[in-house]
Amino acid sequence: MNRLQTLFENKKERVLSIYFTAGFPGIDDTMPTMEAIASAGADIIEIGVPYSDPIADGPTIQDSNMIALANGMSLKKLFDQIKDMRNTVSIPVVLMGYLNPIIQYGMERFLQKCQEVGVDGLILPDLPMQQYLDEFKDMFEKYGLSNTFLISPQTSEERIRQIDEHSSGFIYMVSSHSITGAKTGLTADQITYFKRVQAMNLKNPRLIGFGISDAETFTNASKYSNGAIIGSAFIKTVKNSVDLKASIHKYIKSVIQ
Amino acid sequence: MIKVDEKGFYGKFGGAYIPEMLHPNIEELKDSYEQIMASEEFQTEFQSLLKDYVGRPTPLYFAKRISEKYGAKIYFKREDLCHTGAHKVNNTVGQIILAKKLGKKRIIAETGAGQHGVATATVCALMGLECTVYMGALDIQRQRPNVERMRILGAKVVPATSGSQTLKDATNEAMRQWISNPVDTHYIIGSVVGPHPYPEMVARFQSVISEEIKSQLKEKEGRENPDIVIACVGGGSNAAGAFYHYYNTPEVRLVAAEAAGLGVNSGKSAATTALGTEGILHGSKTILMQTEDGQVVEPHSISAGLDYPGIGPVHAHLFDIGRAEFVAVEDEDAMKAGIELSRMEGIIPAIETSHAIHALNMIEYQKGDVIVINLSGRGDKDLDTYIKWGGY
Repeated sequence: MNRLQTLFENKKERVLSIYFTAGFPGIDDTMPTMEAIASAGADIIEIGVPYSDPIADGPTIQDSNMIALANGMSLKKLFDQIKDMRNTVSIPVVLMGYLNPIIQYGMERFLQKCQEVGVDGLILPDLPMQQYLDEFKDMFEKYGLSNTFLISPQTSEERIRQIDEHSSGFIYMVSSHSITGAKTGLTADQITYFKRVQAMNLKNPRLIGFGISDAETFTNASKYSNGAIIGSAFIKTVKNSVDLKASIHKYIKSVIQ
Repeated sequence: MIKVDEKGFYGKFGGAYIPEMLHPNIEELKDSYEQIMASEEFQTEFQSLLKDYVGRPTPLYFAKRISEKYGAKIYFKREDLCHTGAHKVNNTVGQIILAKKLGKKRIIAETGAGQHGVATATVCALMGLECTVYMGALDIQRQRPNVERMRILGAKVVPATSGSQTLKDATNEAMRQWISNPVDTHYIIGSVVGPHPYPEMVARFQSVISEEIKSQLKEKEGRENPDIVIACVGGGSNAAGAFYHYYNTPEVRLVAAEAAGLGVNSGKSAATTALGTEGILHGSKTILMQTEDGQVVEPHSISAGLDYPGIGPVHAHLFDIGRAEFVAVEDEDAMKAGIELSRMEGIIPAIETSHAIHALNMIEYQKGDVIVINLSGRGDKDLDTYIKWGGY
């Protein structure tokens, strides 16, 4: 059982996952950001691996990706930065990244490296389920890594069941038809969708992402799931911070209250 | 046999590497496009629009003076005479009918040179559908006339301001918008790129080009098969159309002209097969220009339509198995070829097309060979570039 599975064994509600972009705002901010997220009381850290063409992301995360790449960030550099992360960070860590940089690095080498540094799970938004099953599932299992798939309001019940069957860790519920950072607040349609999925009694825990930015949206989303993921709003916070640790603490505490 | 398989692969290239949010759209398209395209209702409307609206069949023109110069029988397939000035409209006419049959209310598209954007805005006006076109901010500057044409046609042109601000970024932006509006919106991709079934669907709409070449050449030369077909390749839609019915006729040589920009090794190039490696771009596995870390490299070409870091998966396959020959044509040579065609045949070609014309100087052929060059577009939109270049 990896750290993610242990977390959800012990905590069923108001799980907070924070996404940040590695190597942003400064190239050496990766570890300080992770340590601050953990010490502020978040439950999961999601490390965004920067990519030149992030098609599922809105302007805020695109921008952070560009800055990180301009800073010289790469997957190789990231593994260097987080090689000793388990000395200071004990909460689950998930890597989120687009497929192309990972394929160039080599999928097996990547998974092996994830296991070695203590990463618990992966979110690869452009890896389709079928491709995962055909090519990579055995490898993920070999290295003890959870794989998280996304679902959206458009995802059929049948497909949600399939995704549930092949996920380990948690399911990432995209809150609306949208890219990251688009809208905030929850609409009646979204709540209907959350309730519909909630009633399916899936085996995996569910976290809601996209459009979660503060205590109110976090609390609302948590009513219909095991918790939520914050990305763009967090990126905005660190982008404008003078004292990185203090800003992160203030922001996360304001969300979990 | 060159043919897309059930999962959308040509050999090892293709597939649909898309975020789950797009899965229902792609499935819907995959499940319905072949059936809709095969229906009599669709075919009647499609064929009638191609004939009366687009102006098909386009002529296969024997270029006497160019033939004399090069010592071969050179024919130009005159896609530049299509309504809107390029082959792009073949695909948009097909996709707009498809979108209507799928009950979509709104159309989005990406564009590089603006030809696909204009072709999309045109068919949206024709069908009364709302149209938004994403275009790189840099391309908006260098293709001003096409931007205004789209606006006159009632489309909204939205600049893509990320990355290199060219076609790849416009494509990213269109995909994001599709993710945000998956239910009522159809995304008309303009090239043989993107997730399956787009590459094959677009190629099939463009395959009318080689279908006509076959019958026209039969009439003029008494044979359906030329010795060589040449087309330029950015994403590769006009090349796919010109090659389509010859894929599996090995005696016909297929030549793809890529944009070398300032030179293949200048760091300012869009010669994908020369510089690229395998990876994933815009939802399919293909060959793309990228760094060792898998970051997509920003391409350069004087022609906005070839300024793309990848190629369609079918072309990656043709390259991989050696079925097509790829040449890389530099900016300067393409410009000169454009002038040559203008002076010798009275046809000002699009700068994209000029790359295909220059390929004549780069390939080997026998005296008297029958060569068909796909004249994919006309040069009106490139007047500013011709003027700035000034070498005439």
